[in-house]
Amino acid sequence: MADTRIEPTAAGAGGVAPEDKERRFSWRITGRWVGITGLLAFLVAPIVPLFIWSISFRWFYPAILPTEYSARAWTEVITPHNDVLGVAWNTALIALVVTALSILLGVPAGRALGLYEFRGKRLVEWMILAPIIVPGLAVVLGIHVLFIRAGLSNSIPGVILVHLVPTLPYMTLVMSGVFANYDTDFELQARSLGASRWATQRLITLPAIFPGVVVGALFAFIISWSQYVLTLLIGGGQVQTLPLLLFGFVRSDPAIAGALSVVFILPAVIVLLLSSRYLSGDNAAVGGIGNI
Amino acid sequence: MTQVTLSGLTKIFDEKSPPAVDQLDLEIESGKLTALLGPSGCGKTTTMKMIAGLLRPTSGDISFDGDSILSIPPEDRGAVMVFQNYLLFPYMTIAENIGFGLKMRKVDRKEIRTRVTDMLDLVQLPGFEDRKPRQLSGGQQQRIALARALIVQPNVLLLDEPLSNLDAHLRDEMRELIRRIQTEMGITTVFVTHDQEEAVVLADRIALLFDGRLQQFDVPDAFFESPQSVEIAKFFGGTNFIPGHYEGGEITTSIGRFRAPRSAVDGGDAVLSIRPEAVTLGAAGGNSVMGRIRSHVYVGRYARFRVTLGDIEVEAVTDPGQVKMFNDGDEVPVTFDSNKIWVIGPAAAHE
Repeated sequence: MADTRIEPTAAGAGGVAPEDKERRFSWRITGRWVGITGLLAFLVAPIVPLFIWSISFRWFYPAILPTEYSARAWTEVITPHNDVLGVAWNTALIALVVTALSILLGVPAGRALGLYEFRGKRLVEWMILAPIIVPGLAVVLGIHVLFIRAGLSNSIPGVILVHLVPTLPYMTLVMSGVFANYDTDFELQARSLGASRWATQRLITLPAIFPGVVVGALFAFIISWSQYVLTLLIGGGQVQTLPLLLFGFVRSDPAIAGALSVVFILPAVIVLLLSSRYLSGDNAAVGGIGNI
Repeated sequence: MTQVTLSGLTKIFDEKSPPAVDQLDLEIESGKLTALLGPSGCGKTTTMKMIAGLLRPTSGDISFDGDSILSIPPEDRGAVMVFQNYLLFPYMTIAENIGFGLKMRKVDRKEIRTRVTDMLDLVQLPGFEDRKPRQLSGGQQQRIALARALIVQPNVLLLDEPLSNLDAHLRDEMRELIRRIQTEMGITTVFVTHDQEEAVVLADRIALLFDGRLQQFDVPDAFFESPQSVEIAKFFGGTNFIPGHYEGGEITTSIGRFRAPRSAVDGGDAVLSIRPEAVTLGAAGGNSVMGRIRSHVYVGRYARFRVTLGDIEVEAVTDPGQVKMFNDGDEVPVTFDSNKIWVIGPAAAHE
């Protein structure tokens, strides 16, 4: 703190010089706009042609827009006999459970890796990174054999478990970055002031790591939501998710594929926009640049 | 009012290195201000964290008013620690920070509010309720951290380096504030410091630790007048140590024999220690030997001379006017005030 003069009635910012505060403020605004513009360009813009596909009836070169429109694809998507909404719900349910499990396992693992030195730490780090480095197909073929024996193949629990393979590394890595910058003395201080273990976790630890949890959860959700290969192999066609459904339509019916893509992309975009404040500005948590 | 007793308290972090705290026995008096003093890494903060319940001792016991508190979790000990870097919770307002301990004790919201206001008055920061910690200067954060600890009326208040992060002028204010509040509330207070001056000015008693071991536990002036070892004397600014043989109230050294009624040992090999302020130049008399001035420094409030006596060099701090009376190289009588000589056991015997 640059200014340490005691002024009991100091107006405004106290220790922080006003221009300093302004500069930080404008940086935050700039950061947020860069973030939002990026999100729009990379995530929302690609949906536009997909959406147009979904309502087109005739659309041939050199026409820039379709020459005839039709609601057929959307009717197909909504009619119950295709069960698109049921599959979408299934996909969301799997992604939510995967996300919850990733948080449950990834936060303590990230804490251990970010805060403590222990024997075999390097090995554990490599093991956690391995699913990102080793091709998923190779891993899943091995897992498939195991899952058949354990009766987990062709079932939703099996799909959830296999989705954890790519999601856990992201969750753990994000959290270990967050914890590397976290001062556990805050927890000791709270205990000393009379807070129980549980109250300390809830009132001190959680607010400090929350942005990181959001970012990690986002990764986990999107990875699970868009998983194709792992679901196909472990689900064995019994477990239907949106990516599987979408893939089937890509060749046979581009209009329906377009409509499905919109359904497929929207939740991810919505979640991302809602949590964009944790990806940019003061609260940025990716890579462990968060403040505490 | 709580008396804290440490008995055989030991903390070993790593089997391969020496204990951070080694067999520490200490009686911390009820309602008094006690300093844990020592160079950095001597185990002061470790000791404090064990009292607060934030670290488990490897062995030994801690008791409050005679009852062991080792099995009591930190939140129920009533020993509140204020960390060196304040650790105000960044997501809470100042009022929420100060009221935190009361909220944990399920005190009702209205009472918390009035007591927070009282506390802000006590630390002279009225009206700060709705600010956020990052809007405060270091000195202000320090006061809030103190208020947050005091509001729960702890049995024992533990302050880790309470003045070290403050500027010189703030340090004096803070020191007075701590002293005033401690006297008013009568809380048994322990504070950690590496600064001997800070310990002397603030504490009722000082526990001096080197390498996790208690060296001396005494009132502040004892560390100047009767330090128990050469290292202790050196830590408190002693510079003159002359080895010799002590017998019958006299110490015989290579430069002469001196009367020395005050002593930490009965006899045998010993070290004559005398603080530079007790060495006088010019006036011959008892306990005098001839010396030669080697160099001098004029400091303003005082002057500092280095004088050679045979094969020994001593330091003398004198009235600043004496720089005009002597030149470097002059032969002068050097007198050791016999009541200020303190005879310590030989340095080797200590280790």
